[in-house]
Amino acid sequence: MIPAYLLLFVPFVGIIYFALVGHKARVGRINTWFNVATLLMSLWLAVNVLYSGTILSGSRFFIIDSFNVYLIVLTAFVGLTTSICSAPYMRHERELGKLTDKRLKLYYSMYQGFMLAMYLVLTTNNMGIMWVSMEGATLATVLLVSLYRTPESIEAAWKYFILCGVGIAQALFGTILLYYAAIQSGDAETALLWSVLFENAAQLNPEILEIAFVFMLVGYGTKIGLVPLHNWLPDAHSEGPTPMSAVLSGLLLNDALYAVVRNKMLVDGSTQSHIAGYLMMGFGLLSFLVAAVFLHRQKDIKRLFSYSSIEHMGLMTFAFGIGTPFSTFAALLHMTVHSLTKSAIFVTVGHAAQIAGTQSIEKIRGLINTQPKVGWGLLIGTLAIAGFPPFGVFTSEFLVLLATMHSYPWLTPLLLLGIGLACAGLFRNVQPMVYGARPAGQQPVQANLWPVMIHLALVLWMGLAIPGFLANWFSQATVLISGSAPL
Amino acid sequence: MGDQLMNWLMAIVQTGLFVILSPLLAGWIKWCKCRLQNRKAPSLLQPYRDLWKLTHKQPVVAEQASWLFIITPYVIFSAMILAASTVPLIAVDLPTSASADVIVLVGFFALARFFQALAGLDIGTAFGGMGSSREMTISSLAEPAMLMAVFTLSMAASTTNLSFAIGFVLDQGIVLRPSFVFALFALILIAIAETGRIPVDNPATHLELTMIHEAMILEYSGRHLALIEWASQLKLMLYGVLIANIFFPWGIARQFTWSALSDALLLIMAKLMLLALFLALSETLFAKMRLFRVQEYLSFAYLLGLLGLLSHIILEASY
Amino acid sequence: MEILQLDFYTQAILSLAALIGLTSFLMLGQGRLLRLVFVFALQGLLLASATGLAAYTLDNEHLYISAALTLALKVFFIPWLIRRHVLRMNMHRDVEALNNKTIVMLGGASLMIFSYYVLLPVISNTTTLMLNALAVSLSVVLLGMLLMISHRQAIAHVVGFMSIENGLFFAAIVSTSGMPMVVELGIAFDVLVAAVLFGIFFMHISKSIDTLDVDMLNRLNEVD
Repeated sequence: MIPAYLLLFVPFVGIIYFALVGHKARVGRINTWFNVATLLMSLWLAVNVLYSGTILSGSRFFIIDSFNVYLIVLTAFVGLTTSICSAPYMRHERELGKLTDKRLKLYYSMYQGFMLAMYLVLTTNNMGIMWVSMEGATLATVLLVSLYRTPESIEAAWKYFILCGVGIAQALFGTILLYYAAIQSGDAETALLWSVLFENAAQLNPEILEIAFVFMLVGYGTKIGLVPLHNWLPDAHSEGPTPMSAVLSGLLLNDALYAVVRNKMLVDGSTQSHIAGYLMMGFGLLSFLVAAVFLHRQKDIKRLFSYSSIEHMGLMTFAFGIGTPFSTFAALLHMTVHSLTKSAIFVTVGHAAQIAGTQSIEKIRGLINTQPKVGWGLLIGTLAIAGFPPFGVFTSEFLVLLATMHSYPWLTPLLLLGIGLACAGLFRNVQPMVYGARPAGQQPVQANLWPVMIHLALVLWMGLAIPGFLANWFSQATVLISGSAPL
Repeated sequence: MGDQLMNWLMAIVQTGLFVILSPLLAGWIKWCKCRLQNRKAPSLLQPYRDLWKLTHKQPVVAEQASWLFIITPYVIFSAMILAASTVPLIAVDLPTSASADVIVLVGFFALARFFQALAGLDIGTAFGGMGSSREMTISSLAEPAMLMAVFTLSMAASTTNLSFAIGFVLDQGIVLRPSFVFALFALILIAIAETGRIPVDNPATHLELTMIHEAMILEYSGRHLALIEWASQLKLMLYGVLIANIFFPWGIARQFTWSALSDALLLIMAKLMLLALFLALSETLFAKMRLFRVQEYLSFAYLLGLLGLLSHIILEASY
Repeated sequence: MEILQLDFYTQAILSLAALIGLTSFLMLGQGRLLRLVFVFALQGLLLASATGLAAYTLDNEHLYISAALTLALKVFFIPWLIRRHVLRMNMHRDVEALNNKTIVMLGGASLMIFSYYVLLPVISNTTTLMLNALAVSLSVVLLGMLLMISHRQAIAHVVGFMSIENGLFFAAIVSTSGMPMVVELGIAFDVLVAAVLFGIFFMHISKSIDTLDVDMLNRLNEVD
């Protein structure tokens, strides 16, 4: 169980360390090393789980099972690669004079704070602590969204703070109802432990749990960015520093969805009905379609891709909502490939915006001539996220479609429509940015795009052939979530 | 037969107590206020002396005044005495209070107010009419609020009779009802408005722009004024007793033994002294509000009364 | 009469619930910021006394800690912090003209009825107290949201946010006699950090747009 403690301890040290010396020159690289350390811990954990199954420890305070361990690895991995890219990016911003030493300290310290909150959400067995750390993630990132102190960024941060704060309060109400249902039949001290709740799910009062789930879905759904609670998401993503957008989109949304799925497992166990699934399907499909339409109206490159995030989160919520082993497998895969692709895209987009000196889509032109690496990165990333074969997103979207056809065939046209709309919306904006006429005097910027390439290569790999151990992992998680193995 | 006689005797004694004690209460409030404001206080008996002085003065009546103006003080005073006879002061289950319920009580107050407003208009001075119009505005807002608060009590006790309601509160022992908490607050607010105290009206001022009650009685003098002053002291005491005996009735006599009755008298005096102290404190702390804010204040009282009623239906219901 | 069969603790909690609901309504109709903050502190005080009562009745040590935390945070620290900001930004004389006050109030009343309706299934297996307490706390949560919608001042939004927290806390205290200690401490920590962050935001917002009127935060719209 040591790796779990270390996993939380390392970012904790990071918070304090960067709060003190976060403005030094080499600090970007040190941040990377911190993330390397946590990635190693997470891999250690993964190996443990792979060999010995679900781990409960710290007097059942932590739970590591096949569902969350792969999310932990994913979180650590994306955290690491983003930190690699963030070092030159932040240096560039510092040179432009957009940031002061104090804000750099804040940035690096809260980067680790955010990672800590994410790991705590994923590892904790206590539903209350899960809520606390989810809120902690908001608190850690809210000052990063307004890092540039422009009126827009402050507005975005305010919206993010208020909307997510109010939203997540609903989740707390849901948690209280859950706890209330649990202490009717169980011991008060262990009543909030997920493992205990899951074992005794059948004894929980289904009516209370249904109400509780509605609140949880609304609460954590605000964090996922489900329509109509999504307003904060494009703002927060577009106004904060780009590495922050990458981790928000790649990690925070996933973890919020993780919380919803954990709760859904409890509710399903209690009600023996599919009510939670229907709710998730409804919200998911709505988000998916609305975001696909909104993609066409964006003028800011980061907002464009944040709507794409909403769209994909909607699809995942929908797939988890269907709840068959097949669709759960697809959702897990989609979670992974979306995280990898989207964080890669955001990093590339950050560099593209630095090249053009603006985030306005109309002014970003001719990337492939100015800096081929960035241009190609953006193009391939967009191809991948739009669901072109042979990338992993294609595979997972295809699986979701298949699962839908299997269970709810009449919903398939809607999904196809959404995918088509999203694809068109992305390409009509991205194509001129990559290929358009290069404005005079546009200069390349210093960028480290290796992590982007690695992400995209992984996504490609998963599209061509899902590695055996990964498939095995997903299957185990699927068994845990939906009760039986896919296929 | 003897019992019956005894009961009626008690009722008369109790009403007499009301009449006799009410100037004392007014004196006590004045005394507290003076001490709180670091002034030298007049004697507690000062209101009696004032009344005595006024009754020995020649009343001056305006030339234009009609008979209405002359009879109004008597009507008001007798309405208050009748009202006093229906409110249990030291004992419950008296024949007078059994014959009239709380709606009659509100009716007596309304009757007195009606005549007072008419008398204010009668002499045709500007102040009188202004005072009457203000008084009617306030009372038209206060009355529904008052009834709302009283109905809360009636619904819990299933009676509108004060005596039975107090008996009911005594019977059930100490029960903390959310509805009573609201009704209590509502009744306190209404009592302050109806008796013309700060922050709604200031009994100590004759500033033309702010006065309400004083404006109507500006033309009275001599024994007429004495009766009206006495009646308003009675009204203040009635509200105090209502609040004290409905919400904190413990100590009120249920048998007519000497010890029970004297205990009850002492207790109710203590309660009234405490309430008056609170009143004096609030009058010292708060400033009078603008006339146009009064409707806000009274609608808040109404809201409290309504909430009391609702919380009786919702919070105390048995599903 | 059901209420006669309840013990004194339950009656007191019911009364406090009713009063807490009342303070929420008072906040909804309040245009002056300092009074708003005062009513908020009052709500915190009612909450703290409910917690203290629960702690005393159930003889539960960790509820005493919760009560003390509530008292320190919700009655003193947060109101003090907000009050300081109001005074510093010289907004204590501003009266916010509330549009559609009647509609907002009616909306508040319907939200309360809605919370009863939502929680009706709960009573099938519990007491009246539970339904009432849960319904009141849910309506405090919803009224807090309504407060945020109907007011334009950022400070009113924060008060609404914090009163939402109050409602949740009340639900936790009454229905389950408090969450496990570690969770409660975590929540208190979050609230504390949020309060401090809000203070920082007031400064940033007023620096960038010269007012705390959030209607002026309108740069980020869906483009058209």
